Amino acid sequence: MEPPISSTSNNSAAGGAEKGQGVMEKRVIELEEATVRFAGDSGDGMQLAGTQFTHTSAVAGNDVVTFPDFPAEIRAPRGTKAGVSGFQVHFGAKRVYTPGDKVDALVAMNPAALATSLPDLVPGGLLIVDIDSFSQRDLELAGYKSNPLEDGTVANYQLVTVEITRLTREAVKDLGLTTKEADRCRNFFAMGLVYWIFDRPLEPTLRFIEAKFGKRPVIAEANRRALMAGYHYGETTEVIHHRYVVPPVKLPPGTYRNIVGNQALAWGLMAASRLSGCDLFYAGYPITPASDILHELALRREFGVRVFQAEDEIAAVAAAIGASFGGAMAVTASSGPGISLKLEGIGLAVMLELPLLVIDVQRAGPSTGMPTKTEQADLLQAMFGRHGECPVAILAPRSPADCFDIAIEAWRIAVKHMTPVFILSDAYVANGSEPWRIPKMSSLPKIPVEHPQPVEGEPFLPYARNEWLARPWAIPGTPQLMHRIGGLEKQDGTGAVSYDGDNHQRMVELRAKKVALIAKDYPPQVVEGPKSGKLLIVSWGSTYGSVYSAVQELWATGQDVAFTHLRYLNPLPLDLEEILSRYEHVMVPELNLGQLALLLQAKYLRPVHRVNKVKGRPFAVNELVEAALAILETGEKASQTSENVIVEYVK
Amino acid sequence: MSVDALIEAAKLTPNDYASGQEVRWCPGCGDYAILAQVKKTLANLGLPREKTVFISGIGCSSRFPYYVNTYGIHGIHGRAPAIATGLKSVRPDLHVWVITGDGDGLSIGGNHLIHVLRRNVDLTILLFNNRIYGLTKGQSSPTTPLGHPTKSNPFGTLEHPVNALSLAIGAEATFVARSIDVYQKHLGMVLERAAAHKGTSFVEIYQNCVVFYDGAWEYATDRQVKEDHVLELEHGKPMLFGKNRNKGIRFRGCVPEIVELGDGVTEADIAVHDEKAADPTVAYVLSRMRYPDFPEPIGVFRAVEHPTYDGLLNEQVAKAIAARGEPRSLDDLFHEGDTWEVPEDGAPSR
Repeated sequence: MEPPISSTSNNSAAGGAEKGQGVMEKRVIELEEATVRFAGDSGDGMQLAGTQFTHTSAVAGNDVVTFPDFPAEIRAPRGTKAGVSGFQVHFGAKRVYTPGDKVDALVAMNPAALATSLPDLVPGGLLIVDIDSFSQRDLELAGYKSNPLEDGTVANYQLVTVEITRLTREAVKDLGLTTKEADRCRNFFAMGLVYWIFDRPLEPTLRFIEAKFGKRPVIAEANRRALMAGYHYGETTEVIHHRYVVPPVKLPPGTYRNIVGNQALAWGLMAASRLSGCDLFYAGYPITPASDILHELALRREFGVRVFQAEDEIAAVAAAIGASFGGAMAVTASSGPGISLKLEGIGLAVMLELPLLVIDVQRAGPSTGMPTKTEQADLLQAMFGRHGECPVAILAPRSPADCFDIAIEAWRIAVKHMTPVFILSDAYVANGSEPWRIPKMSSLPKIPVEHPQPVEGEPFLPYARNEWLARPWAIPGTPQLMHRIGGLEKQDGTGAVSYDGDNHQRMVELRAKKVALIAKDYPPQVVEGPKSGKLLIVSWGSTYGSVYSAVQELWATGQDVAFTHLRYLNPLPLDLEEILSRYEHVMVPELNLGQLALLLQAKYLRPVHRVNKVKGRPFAVNELVEAALAILETGEKASQTSENVIVEYVK
Repeated sequence: MSVDALIEAAKLTPNDYASGQEVRWCPGCGDYAILAQVKKTLANLGLPREKTVFISGIGCSSRFPYYVNTYGIHGIHGRAPAIATGLKSVRPDLHVWVITGDGDGLSIGGNHLIHVLRRNVDLTILLFNNRIYGLTKGQSSPTTPLGHPTKSNPFGTLEHPVNALSLAIGAEATFVARSIDVYQKHLGMVLERAAAHKGTSFVEIYQNCVVFYDGAWEYATDRQVKEDHVLELEHGKPMLFGKNRNKGIRFRGCVPEIVELGDGVTEADIAVHDEKAADPTVAYVLSRMRYPDFPEPIGVFRAVEHPTYDGLLNEQVAKAIAARGEPRSLDDLFHEGDTWEVPEDGAPSR
């Protein structure tokens, strides 16, 4: 294993594979992986810096996983900890699955960014600060009583102080920019410096500058100069002694691009539309963190995508239902609060038995909660949030690129089984990015869709069922198949209004069986590790990366641990019960207080160990390793979960 | 429409639009008369049944789709305009009707009504106004008069009622009309006009609930007095009313007043109705004229042409596709921007 950045500090004996002497006698050290975080004020352009660095690393052939973390306010009070916006990227010459528990290199554009991010920097890690932003006033805003750069706070790190503000202004000085405009280029200077340190190509970002600012040539030039100035600063300065190289990862052959979760979901929807031959109709209402799906699809008129920005969340789901009745691929997306408003509409879609996709990009709740922070606490809302017996299918993507496949799979289920399907994404998956192997559309299986035509001499029965218990999707415009559907209970077969109790019981059961049958279509549930034994870890949704990384660490130390990831939350896979029965302990890590755990325990009558976190951040690998080790060593969880704390409290 | 469909449509009678489902409104309900006129209108216009969709919310009026032999959705409370907007957005070829009531459309669904009107989706909206919640048995609705006792306000309704047409005009409606359930001929005329309008047509229909608010519109339906209480608007015609058509509406600036012909007042002094006025001010003033201070206008208040939402949406889609010449494939889109190749041997290249 390569030594981390932290072991290459100026005073330590540097290890690693030295690839020769760099300019200014700087050593180049090869790393297997590294984690970098850009942190600054929410107006400092840190999301852009992180996105560009990620993109460049992906194009350079690394595997990447990102964690953008920003406040809900567009401009929180400047210089305060509340206003800090961060973007963390973990990139590797091997497969990486999490944004990294700890940061190897931190760029802090002001004291508040330093204060909030320093605890995550590994001892000995590289710390780059804009020294121009450390005035007494800046320090006070961040809550520092003394200057952390001078009082020993950062003694254990490789501190590199750079006059980023002054040097940026210098770089753009003859372009006629105001000071404010010049300072907006600081992020490009910081990027340039980090690019130099990690030997990243500049071309992708130069192309980005041209594309984004090309219409404002002065701004484009200023950003270009700031980027180059930062890069050259790295080359010429005496204070940085090492460069780090993370070679390309070995990935399956193909053409790759970097993709963000919400974009992958939008493209997956467009692909599903093509594969099924149904025009895509997307109805949404602006809400964080789902709005980027709306924005992406709104650009795609040329692919026949019809996007409707509704007056509210209820109208969005209602319009989608209307479009589905008309034969379109109907989709609505929101986050928790909006989904709560849509639930009555989803109940109507269950009764109408029309295909519909409902995307919930989960965020920390309840109520408005923490709108930009991630959580997985809407599983039970998706399962049970409606009145009456109202089952729907539920799927969850495990990573940004997986959003593409999930969208296609969800629509395949929706039309085959004539049912609403939930996709439970979350803020972490939605905003994160990773390399995506671009599929050929021709290689993706078609999604068969059938709209019935009249059969001479046979009455049309809108609620007749096929072998999957799905009813026919007859659409307006078809002669002789005129029918009326609605929220009132249907008579089995004819679909006429019926208040008959026996019929209601039959219909409730039919709807439940129809959704249960979806599991018959699943591929076998994959279990990695021993086929039976001490501990099985079950993950779902965005926790996949953290859990898989933790499992790999546990395997590396010879632990008896198996791993299975649930893509389908409802209905659960038919082989899951048997899989669970093969292990002494089952551990379920979730970013909630134990919602999947509750379902598994209720359904399979077996205890599971809950590992829960609701801090608006994904699991650290280390947290999961510790939780698993505690179970393996004592048969119990050592760490107190929220659930335990609550139970103890009530007792 | 194919020739066959045209011939088939031409042959249809009002009865062909009956679904065969037993109609379950109370005996004497005003809804029967409206259903009859709608079926007649469909037959008169020759709208093909398979191309026609009725969408409703919840309430007595919202049972309507079950009784017409077209496609239909009996939706959820208040949401019919939104359901219809989604359908019409993807299927501009369909004739989509929305059936709603004073509770469904003006209370729980008020927001959707405002926005469907503002968007001018090509729909025909019929709002059955009976000034009461009937299906839930007699609570106040947004159009119940102030002080009128109901089950939810036994000591008199405390709220000022909403004026459906003022609301519609304020929401930029392009077609606004009013009729009355028992005015069969007038209702048929208004429905035909509404169905033919390109854009959202909003029709308020005074409808009598025989059980929970019998006589709510008696002043407008009682043979003895109705001519004095109702003003039939006709485009290009003076606003005359009264048994002997000797009374009219004169405007002093924006303020209407009732005048009697004679004594120096001639027809030339009477305002002439212009439903096509680009400015909605006069239509709004007419909508403010209420019994007992004024005769209540019925007929078409406003009928102007504006681009429709569904038209604009599908035009944007068509333009975007045409702009490319040949359709761009999703493969092209996916490869836009920076990509990199990982060859078979696994050694990546930039």
